Amino acid sequence: MTNTKPLLKIRDLQIDGISDETRSRIINKVSLDLYPGEVLGLIGESGAGKSTLGLAGMGFTRDGCEIVGGSIEFDGIDLVNSPLEKRRRLLGSRIAYVAQSAAASFNPSHKIMYQHTEAPVFHRKFSRIDAETDAINLYRRLRLPQPEMIGFRYPHQLSGGQLQRAMTAMAMSCRPDLIIFDEPTTALDVTTQIEVLSAIRDIVEQFSTAAIYITHDLAVVAQMADRIKVLLRGDEVEENTTRSMLKSPRESYTKSLWAVRSFERKQKPPAKTGATPVISLKNVTAAYAKNDPVVRDVSFDIHAGRTVAVVGESGSGKSTTARCITGLLPPLTGSISFDGTALPPDYRQRSNEQLRQMQMIYQMADTALNPRKKIGEIIGRPVEFYLGLTGREKRQRVEELLAQIELEPTEFIDRYPAEISGGQKQRIGIARALAAEPKFIICDEVTSALDQLVAEGILRLLTDLQDKMQLSFMLITHDLSTVRAIADEVVVMKDGIVVESGPKNDMFTPPHHAYTDLLLSSVPNMDPDWLDNLLASRGADNIGDAAIEKMNKN
Amino acid sequence: MTGTSGLIWLACVIAMSLLLRPIGRRVPIAQIQHACTGMSLGGAFGYSIAIATIYLMWWLYFVKELIFFQWFVQGVIGLGIAGYLFRLAGQHFGTDSSRKMFRQMPVTAALGIIIIIGYAIMSIFADWLAPYGQAEIFAKVNVLPGGNPDLGGDPAHLLGTDQIGRDLLSRLIYGGQNTVGIAFITTCLAFLIGTFFGFLAAALGGWFDQALSRIVDMLMSIPQLIFALLLMTIASAWAGSEKWLLTIYMVLIIAVLDATRVFRLSRAVGMNIVVMDFFEAAKLRGENMSYLIFKEILPNAFAPLLAEFGLRFCFVFLTIASLSFLGVGIQPPLADWGTMVKDLAQFINFAVFSPLTAALPLMAAGAIALLTVAVNFVVDWMLHRASGLRE
Amino acid sequence: MGILSIIIKRLGLGVLTLFLVSIIIFLAVNMLPGDFAQALLGQAATPEAVAAIRADLGLDRPIANRYFDWLVGAARGDFGTSFAQANFSAYVGENSSSNYGSVATQLAPRFANTVFLASVTAVIAIPISLAIGILAALYRYSIFDRVANVSTLTSISSPEFFVAYILILVLAVLNPLLPSLSNIFDGMSFAERLEKTLLPALTLTLVVTAHMMRMTRAAIINLLASPYIEMARLKGLSPFRVIVVHALPNALAPIINVVALNLAYLITGVVVVEVVFVYPGIGQLFVDSVKIRDIPVVQACCMVFASAYILLNLLADIMAILSNPRLRIPK
Repeated sequence: MTNTKPLLKIRDLQIDGISDETRSRIINKVSLDLYPGEVLGLIGESGAGKSTLGLAGMGFTRDGCEIVGGSIEFDGIDLVNSPLEKRRRLLGSRIAYVAQSAAASFNPSHKIMYQHTEAPVFHRKFSRIDAETDAINLYRRLRLPQPEMIGFRYPHQLSGGQLQRAMTAMAMSCRPDLIIFDEPTTALDVTTQIEVLSAIRDIVEQFSTAAIYITHDLAVVAQMADRIKVLLRGDEVEENTTRSMLKSPRESYTKSLWAVRSFERKQKPPAKTGATPVISLKNVTAAYAKNDPVVRDVSFDIHAGRTVAVVGESGSGKSTTARCITGLLPPLTGSISFDGTALPPDYRQRSNEQLRQMQMIYQMADTALNPRKKIGEIIGRPVEFYLGLTGREKRQRVEELLAQIELEPTEFIDRYPAEISGGQKQRIGIARALAAEPKFIICDEVTSALDQLVAEGILRLLTDLQDKMQLSFMLITHDLSTVRAIADEVVVMKDGIVVESGPKNDMFTPPHHAYTDLLLSSVPNMDPDWLDNLLASRGADNIGDAAIEKMNKN
Repeated sequence: MTGTSGLIWLACVIAMSLLLRPIGRRVPIAQIQHACTGMSLGGAFGYSIAIATIYLMWWLYFVKELIFFQWFVQGVIGLGIAGYLFRLAGQHFGTDSSRKMFRQMPVTAALGIIIIIGYAIMSIFADWLAPYGQAEIFAKVNVLPGGNPDLGGDPAHLLGTDQIGRDLLSRLIYGGQNTVGIAFITTCLAFLIGTFFGFLAAALGGWFDQALSRIVDMLMSIPQLIFALLLMTIASAWAGSEKWLLTIYMVLIIAVLDATRVFRLSRAVGMNIVVMDFFEAAKLRGENMSYLIFKEILPNAFAPLLAEFGLRFCFVFLTIASLSFLGVGIQPPLADWGTMVKDLAQFINFAVFSPLTAALPLMAAGAIALLTVAVNFVVDWMLHRASGLRE
Repeated sequence: MGILSIIIKRLGLGVLTLFLVSIIIFLAVNMLPGDFAQALLGQAATPEAVAAIRADLGLDRPIANRYFDWLVGAARGDFGTSFAQANFSAYVGENSSSNYGSVATQLAPRFANTVFLASVTAVIAIPISLAIGILAALYRYSIFDRVANVSTLTSISSPEFFVAYILILVLAVLNPLLPSLSNIFDGMSFAERLEKTLLPALTLTLVVTAHMMRMTRAAIINLLASPYIEMARLKGLSPFRVIVVHALPNALAPIINVVALNLAYLITGVVVVEVVFVYPGIGQLFVDSVKIRDIPVVQACCMVFASAYILLNLLADIMAILSNPRLRIPK
């Protein structure tokens, strides 16, 4: 392999982002070699410049970005200085792109097949008829249902996982030498993700296409890539083959990334039998529209000082359950009690004391904080509202709270939410919940919008606070590694029903309910052979949508 | 004749667009070379048309010496320089944030701001600025503008007098006070009504929101100027011979009709805020309605509402001017620009003999246009800035 | 099946709106001090004359009855009797209603003229504004876009009569190319009609084009930011193909909306422009009737304007529904 010429050669690439007055470096002197048939994984946290670098590999920069130095060469063709038309001829035909959100990247006005055959016909690679026959073969290979028919549907008629596979097929339509995968599975549920991963790997191997695989998920890149390059804020951290990178990372940043996954708190002993739970749901059924319940017959208890994780994929009803508890969506039937006394179903009928005891931390810290209020006001309001503190006392309490969430009080108290980072915003959200001095906090996907390192910090903070104040958490999440990290008990939900519930350790040891089993086995592992082993043990028909379909039949 | 010369022009432009890129690549200036390498044929065609247009303008200005065109060009260049200088001043004086704001401001927005300031000064200090009163009648009627006695003018009346002998310059200045002032009051009224009900509908939801929204839909399904004219017919019957009452009725009618649009926007803006998590958090805290509206919704709705205020002001201003122009708006003896345009319109036919006289109706109409253009420039910049911040 | 019920619902809503609007217009007029007869004859009229007119016009009957009579008449195109005509006959002392000039006979030819003016405007304005709008979106932030932006903003902000007088100055007074007065009468040839209509049509074109161009540009730019457009570019398609094949089909709904909104806007613009050019259209009639308080004509004109406005919006909604594959083909 080392004898052949590299297919893509990037040298000392520098890309600037320009907004209004400021110019910031997005990519700082990064070099890269990609040989034919090789898959390179690009990983890094948000803002690392991985997408920008990936697109630069196509000679393309988004609006507001500019190449200011370095060279990009694809198969000997200069992608920086060649005329526009010459570069354009390469796109789609020799270099293809698979975007993060297939649902948004397919044109809603055209059928899938039309979009598939567009590039080969436009670049005069194949005739429309040949391209269509080839598309059907690709669809079959990618295990899409009804491969002969599916191309003649509109994008909105397909599911997210199907669209992502159709997009991979579309990238293959001209048999390119290089495909850029830009976080192709990030927007998907775990059970769907695995299907797409195996499809992508299968097709890349089959046609020995070179690929750049961009992701923030280490376990995913471990399955896909031959080599891994780690980026941090536009700088290259290190690069190595996948196996040696996983086994022995050299740089401390990489080591810390690797270590994130090892955080796991020991499960607390179950609450005494007969103890009054802080929150208790009994046979709760709730609906947004009449006769169409989103949540059916849900019951579980949350005890003092414990964390109960409610796990499920999108549409499983976990957030709706939370809305029932907070009183935003009064349940149709069933009851919710707090410390043994039943709560009024509608939050407007609850007393301030009842409202105070139950707080919420939101997923999107951006929309959870009022952008027009200073941090001090945001945290100070519940202090004033519930505890009646004002003036000096209030400020003192706010400073204490800021110290508790490990932010320097004097530095943050007069800032606006727009002036702080995502992880800090999430901490402010926690402080606002703590300010009410509650017993019970609902954490709605609190880490899913954050980078792994930051997320880990938030999880550690939550567990520390829980130990100090005997808080009870309801942790809503789709991420099993978060569950493993801090939960004591787990409730698994699917289609509005509790499928299984119990202590965490039981949940992670077999035997499982079929759905829990599928969920658990679908979470990628850092082991590069994981996907192979899984496919060997379960078979390609027993993963993803296909498996769920089978389960529903039984 | 015109047909063939048009064809020749077209041929020149096409030839130029074909030659522009190869020539440009050989110019020994790196920037031009770079621009020509990345230029498409369409772009070259566009530049060729621009060059032809500039040549045409030069020809009209210097060869044909069209007086109206010269005035127009001088006006545009003068205003452009004024805007540029104002922006330059803003970049060097004031606080850090205001300086930063001026650095990012387009010239058009800077120009808009000084024009608005100028109109505000003129309206507020009209009593000092105007040489005579707005209803003062002089013995000399139909004095021509220009102030030159040999050409039928009078130095005491720079813009001349109208057919019953009122000083036109004074009426132009007072017209600003009346038209701008009334439009401003009307807009404020419309905003008070519209935002109050809009936010209330967003925060309360339910039947209150539904009922108000349906009523507003209904009112908005009749074109505004038409509805205003219909209601003005009735108002004029109520007002009878009390002409000033009609002006009050007009303010009320337009304010209510315009409040429907303000309601729509503030409700939509409110709805976007109501679904945010921080609003939910405040609701779940047990906050009351006035806290929710004044502390959670209003601060976040301020920027879009300010931009909307500018747009609505323009709309109200134009509606009032149109009503006056049609003869049912602001009533005499109050001076106002719309009525002035109507009264002076026939002078436009003197354009060939006395350009300045013909410019009189255009001055009043232009005064209306200039203010709305200025407000629109500023609003456009504000909206652009807001969309930029969101990204 | 799904889409059909959406459209039927929308149509029903349109009819309901029209009905409610007719009530508003009818009730508004009944807010007049005194009544029609009083307003018609003025304060100085003798009580006998007022009573006679009142009986003659049926004003002594309950308001609901009068409303339904008016509505049924309006639906048949009969808007009652014009005051301006009635006035004359009342003083002469004739009471037979057959001699009153009906509103409909006054309205019909003027309505046709206004439709002609609006059509000429639309034919010029729509293609130009769509073309400029798409070009400005394509070359956004270029000099061309900036010039287009500033000049359209200026033209939107100017009152219609300012644009009209500028055009009169340039095209009628300084260079006598077109007539500044649009005296149109029956029996004119199409070419003559067009010549007389051209100046008011150009005025409206300038105002409407600016609106339409800006809205088209905004709609297209909005689309160009979507991931599927980036995808199309990354397939190596030409910019022209990206716009025509990928952006335009999705821009159809917003563009239809833009066109309909601006045609509806024409209705308002027509009033002022017809007055400036003394164009014998429905707008001119409306303003004249407002001034002399000829209530039946005002009512009828209002109804015609409102109906046109509602119908255009209805049409836009239905076309937008039809152009959306998500609604056309259910999941």
